[in-house]
Amino acid sequence: METALAGLVAAFFATSIYLLLSRHLIRVLIGVAILGNAVNLLLFTSGRLTREVPAFIGLDEMVPAPGVANALPQALILTAIVISFSFFAFLLVLGYRAYQELGTDDTNGMRIAEPRSEPPPPMGY
Amino acid sequence: MATPDHAATAVDLTAALVAAPIPAADWLVILPVLIPMVAGAIGLVTRWRSGLQWHLALGALSLTLVVDVMLLIRVATEGPIVMAMGRWLPPFGISFTADALGATFAVTAAVVALVATFYARDSFNVSERRYGIFPFLLLLMAGVSGAFLTGDLFNLYVWFEVLLISSFGMLVMGSEKAQIDGTIKYAFLNLVATTLFLIAIGLLYGVLGTLNMADIVGAAQRAPSSAPLIAIACLFFFAFAMKAGAFPVNAWLPASYHTPRIVVSALFAGLLTKVGVYALLRVLVMLLPRQADAFSGLVAVIAALTMVLGALGALAQSDFRRMLGYLIISGIGSMLVGVALATEAALTGAIVYAVHSMLTMTALYLIAGVMAARVDGSFDLRRLGGLYGASPLLAGLFLVLGLSVAGLPPFSGFWPKLVLVDASLAAGSRMLAFAILATGFLTTLAVGRVWLYAFWRGGPEGTADGTRTVLGPAGDTAAADRRGTALLLPVLVLAAAIVGLGLWPAPLYDFAGVAARGLIDPTAYIGAVFGGLQ
Repeated sequence: METALAGLVAAFFATSIYLLLSRHLIRVLIGVAILGNAVNLLLFTSGRLTREVPAFIGLDEMVPAPGVANALPQALILTAIVISFSFFAFLLVLGYRAYQELGTDDTNGMRIAEPRSEPPPPMGY
Repeated sequence: MATPDHAATAVDLTAALVAAPIPAADWLVILPVLIPMVAGAIGLVTRWRSGLQWHLALGALSLTLVVDVMLLIRVATEGPIVMAMGRWLPPFGISFTADALGATFAVTAAVVALVATFYARDSFNVSERRYGIFPFLLLLMAGVSGAFLTGDLFNLYVWFEVLLISSFGMLVMGSEKAQIDGTIKYAFLNLVATTLFLIAIGLLYGVLGTLNMADIVGAAQRAPSSAPLIAIACLFFFAFAMKAGAFPVNAWLPASYHTPRIVVSALFAGLLTKVGVYALLRVLVMLLPRQADAFSGLVAVIAALTMVLGALGALAQSDFRRMLGYLIISGIGSMLVGVALATEAALTGAIVYAVHSMLTMTALYLIAGVMAARVDGSFDLRRLGGLYGASPLLAGLFLVLGLSVAGLPPFSGFWPKLVLVDASLAAGSRMLAFAILATGFLTTLAVGRVWLYAFWRGGPEGTADGTRTVLGPAGDTAAADRRGTALLLPVLVLAAAIVGLGLWPAPLYDFAGVAARGLIDPTAYIGAVFGGLQ
């Protein structure tokens, strides 16, 4: 099961990296969203997958039964989902704002901060 | 793998939970995070009172500095201090752990943030204050302090994100075209870097089953040789090198650091890349030393390239602010020497260099702001000129900072470079020693050129020999002069610290030595986390 999910994570990563390498901001944004999901799935898988043992402690027992699902990766994922969602929301607004202000979503056209043909620094005194 | 062995049915809760209340003195560990965070929340609630914002930030950061210094003194006398969160003992709960390395970085960060905030009194207009520039600053500081003081790897990731999202807000505040352009590159690339960090955390947890730093040290030593720890260490290196701005993953830094208000650049220069360096020291040197040793040759090559190419990049710029961005990158290379060699001397040098770099780069950005305010607001070397005549004090301060960043005596940049060259030669790496010295030479050229153009010549490009013109700011010149002198006060404070550390380097050097030994042999750190709480 872990192997299958590892393959799925790999497919997610491949897709997101392909999209992140694009020049167009909208594709990069989709890449970021998929990257976040790839990482969440990776965290989930690295906590190992266990089935059909509820994470409850019986009335007479002090510890959970062996083989219950590991709660920690799920806590990590919950944190990571919140963070990646808020970052995605910010980047979405930033990308849209850049499209409005700079008139393009092509990163090759975004050369305001670093102009393409800057004169060299002064050579003489 | 992560679930502990539950053979016993009767559970001794004192093994997992804090039984006694935490001593009041131990709350000191969390205060450097708590104070700016609470003040940031207050600032956000009262953001319409735009006149109050600066005073709130200044007060909170002064308090943070006081608490950080108290923490540093306690760490110096008692060794690492630990506070367990939410009653769960490590390795189950998150423990904040202040050791010599974290305390040194936290104090320096607080000094830099306080000085930059003092400078920022008139940097932002009313609408920028209402949009919450000072709460962003305070939350950024909470994230930075948290990153330096946490003892848990996933918690470190959370603090990275806290400081990152605050820095987005500060970077884009003002919404000029260049700022949006710069923020796009900064935001996307830094998000990829922190995501890489998270990937490495996930994989490390899958292999070792723990995220507590003190626990990882032992777990990594006990791990079977088939565990893919070297690959994970490489991922950590990649992620943190990107955060630190090391070559070849530094493109985001020169693309963005010159776009916001100069005080924001100054703050970023002092704080952000150094968090990456701190994480490199912590994870590669303390947590995974044997694994990092496997690719230390690669780290050395990257350190040398970062240093030299950063200095060459600085030489190629005609905008003073963009030149400073490349000088930050160049300095990161010097700190990477410590990570590459991982000997006590090299680590001491790297830690002292980090302190020096935080102070000097912030001061250089601030003085760039003063210089631009003196002329017509331009940072272009072609338009600067005649500043020596306009303000000898400004010229003197620039010379101190410039010589310090180039690593010339008697300023703070000299000693760490000397130590690093010595450590490189002792480790048999002539390449690194040569790179450090060549970088010092190239940096001197770059800074010297700014000195020639901005200070020595009579005026901007086209001024005839022997005449003096300064492109004055529009409006009242006398008021601009007074404002410029007031802005010099924070620079003066930092310059005094730089001269002080240059003339009396021994206290910092000794303490950095303690921090370096704590990284190489973390017995005291582990003992404090697991032994000090019962």
